[in-house]
Amino acid sequence: MKLKLTVNGKAVESEVDPRLLLVDYIRDKLSLTGTHIGCDTSNCGACTILVKFPWSNKFVSVKSCTMFAVQAEGAEIKTVEGLSDEKLHPIQKAFWENHALQCGYCTPGFIMQAYAFLQENPKPTSEDVRRGISGNLCRCTGYQNIVKAIIQASKEMEAK
Amino acid sequence: MAVTTIFGARVKRKEDPRLITGQGTYVADITPPGTVYISFLRAPYAHALIKSIDTSRAVAHRGVIAVYTGKDFKGKIGPVPTGWPITTEPPIKIPEYYPIPWDKVRYQGEPVAAVVAEDRYIAKDALELIEVDYEPLKAVVNQEEAVKQGAPQLYDTIPNNTSFAWHLQGGDIEKAFEKADRIIKQRLVNHRLQPTPMENRAVLSIYNKGTGDFTIYATCQAPHIHRLLLSSMMQVPENKIRVIAPDVGGGFGSKIPVYGIDAVVGIVSREVGRPVKYVEERSENYLATTHGRDHIQYVELAAKNDGTVIGLKVTSYANLGAYLSTASPGVPTYLFGLMLSGAYRLEAVDCKVYGVLTNTAPVDAYRGAGRPEATYLIERMMDILAMELGKDPAEVRRINFIRKEEFPYTVCVGLQYDSGDYERTLERALELSEYSKWREMQPKLREQGRLVGIGISSYVEMCGLGPSRAVRGTGFALGLYESATVRIHPSGKVSVYTGTSPHGQGEETTFAQIVAEELGVPVEDVEVVHGDTSAIPWGMGTYGSRTTPVGGGAIALASRKVVEKGRKIASSVLEVSETDLFFERGKYYVKGAPSKALTIQEVALLSYQSDKLPEGMEPGLESTTFYDPANFTFPFGTHICIAEVDKETGSVKILRYVAVDDCGRQINPLIVEGQVHGGIAQGIAQALYEYAVYNEEGTLLTSSLTEYAVPTAMEIPEIITDSTVTPSPHNPLGVKGVGETGTIAATPAVVNAVVDALSHLGIKHIDMPLTSEKVWRAIREHSSK
Repeated sequence: MKLKLTVNGKAVESEVDPRLLLVDYIRDKLSLTGTHIGCDTSNCGACTILVKFPWSNKFVSVKSCTMFAVQAEGAEIKTVEGLSDEKLHPIQKAFWENHALQCGYCTPGFIMQAYAFLQENPKPTSEDVRRGISGNLCRCTGYQNIVKAIIQASKEMEAK
Repeated sequence: MAVTTIFGARVKRKEDPRLITGQGTYVADITPPGTVYISFLRAPYAHALIKSIDTSRAVAHRGVIAVYTGKDFKGKIGPVPTGWPITTEPPIKIPEYYPIPWDKVRYQGEPVAAVVAEDRYIAKDALELIEVDYEPLKAVVNQEEAVKQGAPQLYDTIPNNTSFAWHLQGGDIEKAFEKADRIIKQRLVNHRLQPTPMENRAVLSIYNKGTGDFTIYATCQAPHIHRLLLSSMMQVPENKIRVIAPDVGGGFGSKIPVYGIDAVVGIVSREVGRPVKYVEERSENYLATTHGRDHIQYVELAAKNDGTVIGLKVTSYANLGAYLSTASPGVPTYLFGLMLSGAYRLEAVDCKVYGVLTNTAPVDAYRGAGRPEATYLIERMMDILAMELGKDPAEVRRINFIRKEEFPYTVCVGLQYDSGDYERTLERALELSEYSKWREMQPKLREQGRLVGIGISSYVEMCGLGPSRAVRGTGFALGLYESATVRIHPSGKVSVYTGTSPHGQGEETTFAQIVAEELGVPVEDVEVVHGDTSAIPWGMGTYGSRTTPVGGGAIALASRKVVEKGRKIASSVLEVSETDLFFERGKYYVKGAPSKALTIQEVALLSYQSDKLPEGMEPGLESTTFYDPANFTFPFGTHICIAEVDKETGSVKILRYVAVDDCGRQINPLIVEGQVHGGIAQGIAQALYEYAVYNEEGTLLTSSLTEYAVPTAMEIPEIITDSTVTPSPHNPLGVKGVGETGTIAATPAVVNAVVDALSHLGIKHIDMPLTSEKVWRAIREHSSK
């Protein structure tokens, strides 16, 4: 099937199998390997990306293993590779400064989820953040520094 | 000028910029041109004879390149070796462990056939076309059942499914028990866990037909050990195999073992003449990648009425799974039994361990490996003793601690603990947790219907594995030294090559800090290289909290040798004797004439120009060192958990968690805290949530993240950390290691808190995980009495 969409600001056209998962499309066809696979059952959130569907004007976070590539027809998607240009996004910067990652495998998913969460909750408490990221699993950090980083990012983004 | 130091600074990690921008390289991210994919058909039964396999329909499927069964590799791939065939009498019985069996499967998920195809989707389709005729056999999954007469037998050659009976004795156990006022008996279950690194295992093998070389990318914790064992299985010399562990997404012990599948991927890449890639799915990771823990222990503690503990008898049944994985025999024996004294002055320990084979996935190291089991045992027993004597559990610990002035202290089983001040961490943790306030409040809260408990865990762990003489004596196949090369390039930039293989622990940063400190160069100028057998002379890898004490020790010693060589060059160039030079902050100064100086980076260039070198000296400025530690290191500390149990639902909420750890000198406190946080989260997870469950037929009921309860940010509390610093005299840096502290300390702290909350009901113990249901049932049973 023909697939047309926008990925990290660029128009992309591909021929794909209807059964191809969006995450495999992103990783294997577009070689954007920053989006990871951790569970295949939509529990872990390592594959979280942002999708702006044709009928909407804002990005929502999506576990890209739960969508077929063809369901992204006409959509705009943003992966971790498209989050920053030369300068780090405040969320990335806060993750770095707060040691919010260790092995880094879950990190792109957390960063994308944090992006979607902060869009809706610009001034969150720690408790809000914990609820907001509870669809993503991290095995290394115990979450404490991730929560801290997202709070710091929220403050920086508010100040802008 | 104020003296600042990079050793001890909260430096932001050097590995992060690539990982936060999606530029990390994990094995699954690498796809050379022409790559094909391999998938494995896995047995649905835990115990069955393979009568026949029909692969014809799969072979004919479009896009399929090859299909293999176990028979195809007979004679071509050797068995998976055990790296730690422990010393016992009678000798350990090691079952033959082939990557793909052809006659019998012994755990659910064991591979029986493989499909190589143009893409993963096709490979998966073709797996469904393979027909296997099985004759199911009765399975046994529980180790106590497996050793009974009449239990299903996994092997004809291993009676009672018992691979080994191991016995450790220290001190006079009979005398200790004779002296006791009371003997406390308890059965403890340290249940099975699924390590769950977020990245599943993956292997990519590229065979070069021209040279006969294999390049194998693998998610592993010890690339050189991987290469050695692959060489044995693939029957290819080591120097024709290069193993690379690129970015690895966590391991927690489950990526130490070498898996039979890895050798299959290698051999198949030669057979099909194209790069072959295997990426495990989470369900496969849960079915077939090693599990952890799974001990059933019978414990007897001999004590005096004043709270003094004297002796400990333990009989433990360790479930090893269906085969012996790389390190598995050593984990429930040496890494467990040797640590049973904990932080206390026990006079005698007697420990028997039965290593039992069952129809379950192989069990190997999981973060802490043996030491969490020992700590849980002794720390639970200390609390049960305190409860029986009606004493404060803090006081019972205090009176039994090895005292600060007694170090180095040799415990009854023969280990020599390096240094410590156990009481100080306890006092600090009591203070930070507001222990006395909670103790006072506890009865009042109970009156209000609130069940709040306080749990203490004072631990000591054995890290920095390990001195080769000691580990070789246990049957470990190799020594446990570590290698390091420190090379200053002509430009003055530094490359450091380590035989450890960090996968999240941050040593690209901490090792750069060590070298920056030793050589006096900017940390930005130091690049740490790891995880490539072609770049690094030799290495034993990352596990057992050994990376910093042993790998870091090697790096410090190599750096010091570089400084010494540089001194000789500087003395030749500056035309002064070596004794007239002093080295400080990266510069060789002439004593009495401080303006006459050379930086080590300038000396590096001179060393490559080589015309000004002292007579007979070889060019270049580098050193390779193998460092074999004189002893283990023994980090310690106290964790305190305050937890509330909802008496209506049995659910547990952690109200406060305090960790006071002493890992010796800290290179980067930011990273130390991160290790502590993550370990505690896993320790809490074992205490409250996670449990790998097999039913009686040997079907894994927790085969996806939907069933296996890894906690989210909602379950893990904010952790209060603090530390004391007692340097280890056993290594060049005074460091002790901190990677496993959290899982070792947290589990008993949490269980002690929950049991303490319920102690007024007469509840003495509940086996983990303390799920709402289990706690609720315990409350109900005891309330109705």
